[in-house]
Amino acid sequence: MQHIAKETSEHAIRATDAICINESEENTPWYGNIKYLIVGILFGIVFVKSEVISWFRIQEMFRLESFHMYGVIGSAVAVGMLSVWLIKKFNIKTVHGEQITFTKKQFNKGQIYGGLLFGLGWALTGACPGPLFAQIGFGATVVIVPLLSAIAGTWVYGYFRDRLPH
Amino acid sequence: MLELIKQPWPWYIAGPLIGLTLPALLILGNKSFGISSSLRHVCAACFPAKIPFFEYNWKKETWNLLFVLGIFFGGVIAANFLANPNPVQVTANLTKELARYGITDFSSLVPVDIVSWKSLLTLPGLIMLVGGGFLVGFGTRYAGGCTSGHAIMGLSTLQWPSLVATICFMIGGFVMANWILPAILNL
Repeated sequence: MQHIAKETSEHAIRATDAICINESEENTPWYGNIKYLIVGILFGIVFVKSEVISWFRIQEMFRLESFHMYGVIGSAVAVGMLSVWLIKKFNIKTVHGEQITFTKKQFNKGQIYGGLLFGLGWALTGACPGPLFAQIGFGATVVIVPLLSAIAGTWVYGYFRDRLPH
Repeated sequence: MLELIKQPWPWYIAGPLIGLTLPALLILGNKSFGISSSLRHVCAACFPAKIPFFEYNWKKETWNLLFVLGIFFGGVIAANFLANPNPVQVTANLTKELARYGITDFSSLVPVDIVSWKSLLTLPGLIMLVGGGFLVGFGTRYAGGCTSGHAIMGLSTLQWPSLVATICFMIGGFVMANWILPAILNL
């Protein structure tokens, strides 16, 4: 019983301030995760080839000078929405036969304050977290600096979390 | 065919492919699409420092770290085998504006005039790379997600808090790009 309670709280911490959590009960050995590496590689190639990781495209987006980024994000959301609807409608399971679950996001003021701060950083670096990894791979090695700085920012948030308005 | 792939991909090809990542991760193992969490897992794995926010079993999220490692390798592959031989196309307006700050090199996806090891020692370079990175890490975690977690995963699952977050991302971006960044680049 105690074990279950501990497990639940571990999941609760892991799910705090996070959209992306592993809900799978499946305990695969580490190589079972290689498939995510492959999805990441394909995703990274799309990132570079569509110039989503370009600082210039981000500047154009925030100056309303180009439709490109709006088209990318808009059509990605449209396809995502349709996929989620299909998964729910036909009760599609994972390849391991597990139920696919969705977590409901609770509103807190962090989405406003944090959102504004991230927006400032996004326009400065011209990259959200995903493109940082792709830019380094692309050859802009100096982007290791904003990546480390972003890890530091995440750590500082964790340190001050209890004292920040939520 | 390869020649065509080497050209920059239009939004109507790239957007749907990015959208398909979402069902791919769900169907491969019930994983919710998101990237900024990887930064937190690095904290939890390397320097948890007894902070409750980092006291969880990060090994359960190994998939997420492999996913972002994949994004890195995707960048390596795209740059070495599928590179666009031409300079990045930038709108006339932006070209004119950037020229005023001395940004004239469009050979890479990042502006090498200010995003380089050399410019790290200049004030604008330092603010952009160190300050910008910090805001990305702090802000995404405070907001509970980034463009992928909130704008794509959150909106696809019709969560209104994610819409609030996405609108705030955009407001922050507009303010920075139009009013603050020009001042920083003039330093």
